[in-house]
Amino acid sequence: MTDTIGTQSGTTGAVRGLSREGIAERLARDLRDGFVVNLGVGIPLLIPRFIPAGAEVILHAENGVLGLGPAPPPGREDPDLTDAGKQPATLVSGAAIVDSAMSFAIVRGGHLDVSVLGALQVSAHGDLANWYVPGKNPAVGGAMDLVAGAREVWVVMEHIDRAGRPKIVEDCTFPLTGRRVVTRLYTDLAVFHLIDGRLRLTECAPGVPPEAIRERTAAPYTEDLGPGCRPA
Amino acid sequence: MIDKFREDVLSVLGAVPSGASLAVGGFGSSGRPDTLLDALCDLDRRELHLIVNNVGSDFTGVGRMLAEGRIRRLTASFPVLPEFYDEYFAGKVQLELIPQGTLAERLRAGGSGIPAFYTPSGAGTMLSDGTFPLGHAADGAVTDRMPERETREFGGRQHVLEYGIVADFGLVRAYQGDRKGNLRFRLSARNFNPLVGMSGRRVFAEVQHLLETDELQPDDIHLPGVFVDDVVLASGTAPKQPTIARSLP
Repeated sequence: MTDTIGTQSGTTGAVRGLSREGIAERLARDLRDGFVVNLGVGIPLLIPRFIPAGAEVILHAENGVLGLGPAPPPGREDPDLTDAGKQPATLVSGAAIVDSAMSFAIVRGGHLDVSVLGALQVSAHGDLANWYVPGKNPAVGGAMDLVAGAREVWVVMEHIDRAGRPKIVEDCTFPLTGRRVVTRLYTDLAVFHLIDGRLRLTECAPGVPPEAIRERTAAPYTEDLGPGCRPA
Repeated sequence: MIDKFREDVLSVLGAVPSGASLAVGGFGSSGRPDTLLDALCDLDRRELHLIVNNVGSDFTGVGRMLAEGRIRRLTASFPVLPEFYDEYFAGKVQLELIPQGTLAERLRAGGSGIPAFYTPSGAGTMLSDGTFPLGHAADGAVTDRMPERETREFGGRQHVLEYGIVADFGLVRAYQGDRKGNLRFRLSARNFNPLVGMSGRRVFAEVQHLLETDELQPDDIHLPGVFVDDVVLASGTAPKQPTIARSLP
């Protein structure tokens, strides 16, 4: 399944990147056995089904669940067990329940290996904006705690917005969730790592030429691409 | 002899005056003390300052209080209910928006004798730099903003000073409670409830099951009765659809 990305003007024209599921699948390949991970709303919620077999990943939910399982079958919902999106949830074997203060002690105290979140914008230095579009209804939830405290913050998002504007920018114009917090960025077109506060392109999605990424990215970055990234 | 069981929820909650600050447990409708919230509506309490993670998604519980125009200020991380924002932008209710982990820790700290603490959450954002609108005039103009947080660097990172919250009252929902006020929660309905129980100067607990003393084992108590003043039985039925006393814009 692929989406056609971008009507943005540029020499490369339209390119086909990964679907939302494809981005989730790509990120899931980087999750390691034993990781404790928090998944935000949107594309991150597609990740669990793609976690590699043999990798035990403990999912954390802000409302105090460590060891979140899949949604229950119809009729088996328990009002006392929900995920952070307030949807009915289940627990996996070995799960634990904590109160909200301990849940965020886990988050802020560096006990989460990875926080995976969506984004409105990511800046050249790893600033993240994902909680508030001015003029709309403000709500923050645990996003600011997650980006401040998790060891790694991995962003998953479409490379450009619906109007074709780059979401990777020199400086965020939307209100920030945190400064210099993003460590990796997975989009439909590419994977970036943030190293010493600078963006580095490490991977292009299959069939996406590096030039197409350059045209759709409004922030400076360096390239560290393997041979597979060059168009055939 | 300590016996914290109360028969009549309305007479117990009569101690809450209009204008009071109330810390409220729950995450959405999970673990939310709707019996106590409904009682405050039935008692016609108004001008309340609610400290609660979210309003929920319908007009039950905190949503009923909103629909009936009983909230003067909301301290929350994720209000959600669209009608809440209509009231916020129309200047009818103030919003103190707090990162969820900061909200939990402020309740815990307030109940622990810790007046303030530094956290990295929210540093360098609108929620700490004094720009976030706390209240509006009827025409939508911003009248008040959340105060700018003091900041300090630790280990080369900026942190913000956040104050502990001591609420006039705490409203808690638990799975089991005994005569001494000892509480046990169930699954993720625990969430903010133990912290709300710590934060309130006087704490009411509604419980799904009343237990005799010693039915709860000491090791199984999540919130000891020292934090809890009054225990009532939660109403078994789902909250009925409230009458909307004030039309929402």
